[in-house]
Amino acid sequence: MTSNPYLFAAYAATWIIHIVYIATIMRRYSRLKREVDELNRK
Amino acid sequence: MKYLFPILVILTGILLSYALYQALEVAPTDQLQGDVYRIIYYHVPSAWTAFILFFVNFGASIYYLIKRCQVADIIALTAAEVGVVFQTVNLVTGPIWARPVWGIWWTWDLRLTSTLVMWLIYVSYLFLRRFSSSGETPVLAAALAVLGALCIPFVYFSIWFFRTQHPQPVIGGGGSMDPRMLHVLLLNWLAFSCFAFLVCWSRFRLEVLQREVDEAHAMRSLMDKPGVRSRSTR
Repeated sequence: MTSNPYLFAAYAATWIIHIVYIATIMRRYSRLKREVDELNRK
Repeated sequence: MKYLFPILVILTGILLSYALYQALEVAPTDQLQGDVYRIIYYHVPSAWTAFILFFVNFGASIYYLIKRCQVADIIALTAAEVGVVFQTVNLVTGPIWARPVWGIWWTWDLRLTSTLVMWLIYVSYLFLRRFSSSGETPVLAAALAVLGALCIPFVYFSIWFFRTQHPQPVIGGGGSMDPRMLHVLLLNWLAFSCFAFLVCWSRFRLEVLQREVDEAHAMRSLMDKPGVRSRSTR
């Protein structure tokens, strides 16, 4: 396995960016689901 | 159909892991740059995927301007947002690669500057969609997307027609690459394209749900108006 710090930084940054974006999608989705449940209860 | 998305997530996860293994372990080391060149396996596929997504945004925006189709509007928004994420990866990994190879993090050459300008245009597109409350927002955004798309060929061909600090293209345009490296590069692009497709799918579903909720809120507030209620009970 290679241990170049720049290589590690680039790969880590890539996955951090993607994971943060996916987390925002999931957070927005669960918020909307709650809203839908509230609308259905009313 | 219910299990299609989870199955595709698992398959894409396996493909991404395999592509990562190929990038770090199987692809040969570059004689000049050493292992740091392996950044190419994330940097270039991210750029190509962003180009494709911006092109999808362009096509969907044109279609929306002609037909006023809501699905096209959602596809345009989805492609632009996910495209910006991939372009961000490209813009972050580029300087990390440039520092050990060029000795600098950034230079204002044509390829780098035009990529940054293109990224800013699509970020503006997302800001417009997020913060404008005008009913004409989708039309304005579609028009901006058409203008933004003019940047795509300029960014892509800037290293073909001009001398820049950025290297020549690895495929065509006079560039060359070891076939084993090229194989790993294309494998990573395939993996990232599948990943982008799944992220777009999730984002598309989110946007559809968001519009349904907005519509339900609008209907409810309309029904709560005294005049509407009295008319409906008559």
